[in-house]
Amino acid sequence: MNGLTLDIFLLAMMTAAAVWTVMRGSLLRAVIALALTSIALTAVMFRLKAPIAAVFELSVCAGLITVVFMSTIALTKPLTHKETLDYTKTRMKRFWLLPVIMALLGSALLYFTIPMDFNLAAPLETAKNFRNILWEERQFDLIGQILVILAGIFGVVVLFKERSKDEPQD
Amino acid sequence: MTQETAQLLRLYIVFLPLIFVAGFYCVITTRNLIRTLLGLEILTKAVTLMLALAGYLTGRTAMSQALIITLIVIEVVVIAVAAGVVLNIFRHNNSLDARNIRSLKG
Amino acid sequence: MSWTLVVVPIIAVILLNLPFGEGYRKLAFPAGIFLAVLQSALVLLPIENMFPYGACPLSPFVFLSPDALGLLMILSVGIVVFSALLVGWRMTDKTSRKSDFANLIILAMAGMNGVILSGDLFSLYVFLEIVAVSSFILIAMDKNREALEGSFKYIMLSAVATILILSSISVFLMLTGSTSFSAAAAALKQGNHAAVLASGLFIIGLLIKGGIAPFHGWLPDAYTSAPAGVSIFLAGIVTKTTGIYTIIKLVSYVTGYTGPVKEILLFFGAVSALLGAFAALDQKNFKRMLAYSSISQMGYVIMGLGAGNPLGVMGAAFHLFNHAIFKTQLFVNSAAVEQETGTLNMDRLGGLSDKMPVTGATSVVALLSTAGVPPLSGFWSKLLVIVALWVAGYKIYALIAVFAGVVTLAYLLSMQRRVFFGNISASFSNIKEAGVSFTLPAVLLSTITIAAGVFFPYVFEKLIIPVQALLGLL
Repeated sequence: MNGLTLDIFLLAMMTAAAVWTVMRGSLLRAVIALALTSIALTAVMFRLKAPIAAVFELSVCAGLITVVFMSTIALTKPLTHKETLDYTKTRMKRFWLLPVIMALLGSALLYFTIPMDFNLAAPLETAKNFRNILWEERQFDLIGQILVILAGIFGVVVLFKERSKDEPQD
Repeated sequence: MTQETAQLLRLYIVFLPLIFVAGFYCVITTRNLIRTLLGLEILTKAVTLMLALAGYLTGRTAMSQALIITLIVIEVVVIAVAAGVVLNIFRHNNSLDARNIRSLKG
Repeated sequence: MSWTLVVVPIIAVILLNLPFGEGYRKLAFPAGIFLAVLQSALVLLPIENMFPYGACPLSPFVFLSPDALGLLMILSVGIVVFSALLVGWRMTDKTSRKSDFANLIILAMAGMNGVILSGDLFSLYVFLEIVAVSSFILIAMDKNREALEGSFKYIMLSAVATILILSSISVFLMLTGSTSFSAAAAALKQGNHAAVLASGLFIIGLLIKGGIAPFHGWLPDAYTSAPAGVSIFLAGIVTKTTGIYTIIKLVSYVTGYTGPVKEILLFFGAVSALLGAFAALDQKNFKRMLAYSSISQMGYVIMGLGAGNPLGVMGAAFHLFNHAIFKTQLFVNSAAVEQETGTLNMDRLGGLSDKMPVTGATSVVALLSTAGVPPLSGFWSKLLVIVALWVAGYKIYALIAVFAGVVTLAYLLSMQRRVFFGNISASFSNIKEAGVSFTLPAVLLSTITIAAGVFFPYVFEKLIIPVQALLGLL
């Protein structure tokens, strides 16, 4: 299998997994499909010579985010029986359009050549390694990451705390 | 642009819009709050892929990886906070149906 | 030393959350007040170049020195955070939640300073997200139903905006191999179609974050449902920094004031100014009316920017500052009313001026300034915007701006009549002035509004004229 065929295969897998995430009736299975999308993305990123980001994607997105979704679903226990019935009845009506749109758009994109009149940036002569870039050029972002994580901790503490009795119920 | 780059770019110009469409369709159509977040995740995956592609095509994979890692950290925090909000909405409404949210005047 | 504006709040938050018990965590409130006052005071000190470029020992090249508009924003951030903390601290009931509130406000403040200091598209995105995440949590903090739903709406629209912004960044990365403002500007100068598309996506993302019509759907819900202190914070500074200020920054540093950019800004600005003003006319809820008023006033800022001449840019900058002051003031007043009467429904209120003289009087100052009555600060900034539009040849837009101003006066006078004048209903006969944590910011803010209007020539020369430099960056 040559390189391009492999790329086509992996991208097709990723797109299919994304569509599956949207179309699945069961939420739990949709989350699994999302994890598969992440795994396909990891493979594509390996092909794009981004191994560190790929591993990060695999552990955090396919791993941690799936866990977050799973626990949210578990905590919000499945919809009541009647609601589920309504849901499966009506959802196909709303979702059948997606494969149609995607098929049309896909063939249109294949058929028409998009003018590629732009030039890409020239490759760097001396490629800096990942660690230097992260610690030297993107320090501002690292400070940002610290801030985001601190905000996230407060978010989890504030939002996931069980409601105590003295708070208003409505 | 070399022929190989052009070929690769062409390939991504077909697939990336498809993933974006799937994500946006999910966000717009669905009535389940958790599924809305799944749609957002699909969109984020598409953007991550775009960044990785940009790094590969311009030979700046170190830079693009640094950006992607920051992006993923932020993505996790946003999803965790959003999940917390959804959980609390469920505690009030006992339902995940977005139609119950429309009680707010637009 | 510009880096201190971001790093000091982080260190403060970490120190404030060491496990020394609830009493220790209460220090978050005085610490936040101190940081806010310090930040404003540093801008006002008569020292040339207070935040010089590249002084951070950690990182010699990423922290920009703030430009003239950046300084104005740093000053506004300090003032608004001060008011929001005072009111929010008083109106939050549980101790643990009080310190969470103060900590999150400090984090968001650091995020906004980061937005103001960053000179790179990706760093901009990172700091915009910090402010957004802190705001999501702050809105949802009380966990009542409306607040949670308002927060969810905000999360969704903000996330869509983020996707647009990130797509734009990756296109720029593909074209230039860098995410800095200057590289993006260079790509645009070559007339590259992909670069034009990318900058369009970025601007639309920011219009969503700034709540400009027709992307304003989330804003009234978020403002109305949030706890009082958080509404002040959101309306006073968050959407202004993450949306409007960032648009000014992007237009000045990346796209330049070119024909299509001006057309887009003028159009969205005019739609916002009109739609916000008319929607505000028939609101019953005090805070909701103020939220629509905010949308309308931001329309002015965007229109001033769209005029693309020095007067317009100065008008936009000054109106942005003034709006931060007087809209914060009106939200503080609404919080005082809510605290004392327990309702924000304007049909049930009335005659509060007799019982709450300070709140009533300061509210008159703020509303006259919002409506653009001389000699208050709002008059000068609106005048600058309208004259700029007229001089630039956009006479229709200038007329729209005047017309929206008339509608503004109408709905604000109606608000004042319904809430503060007239006969008081029997159930409110024994209310009194809200405490000093409401009246202190109210008096301070209306003093600023009056002073900036009366001493306009001085303020103009000192703070506003330097903003012109934004026009000549490209």
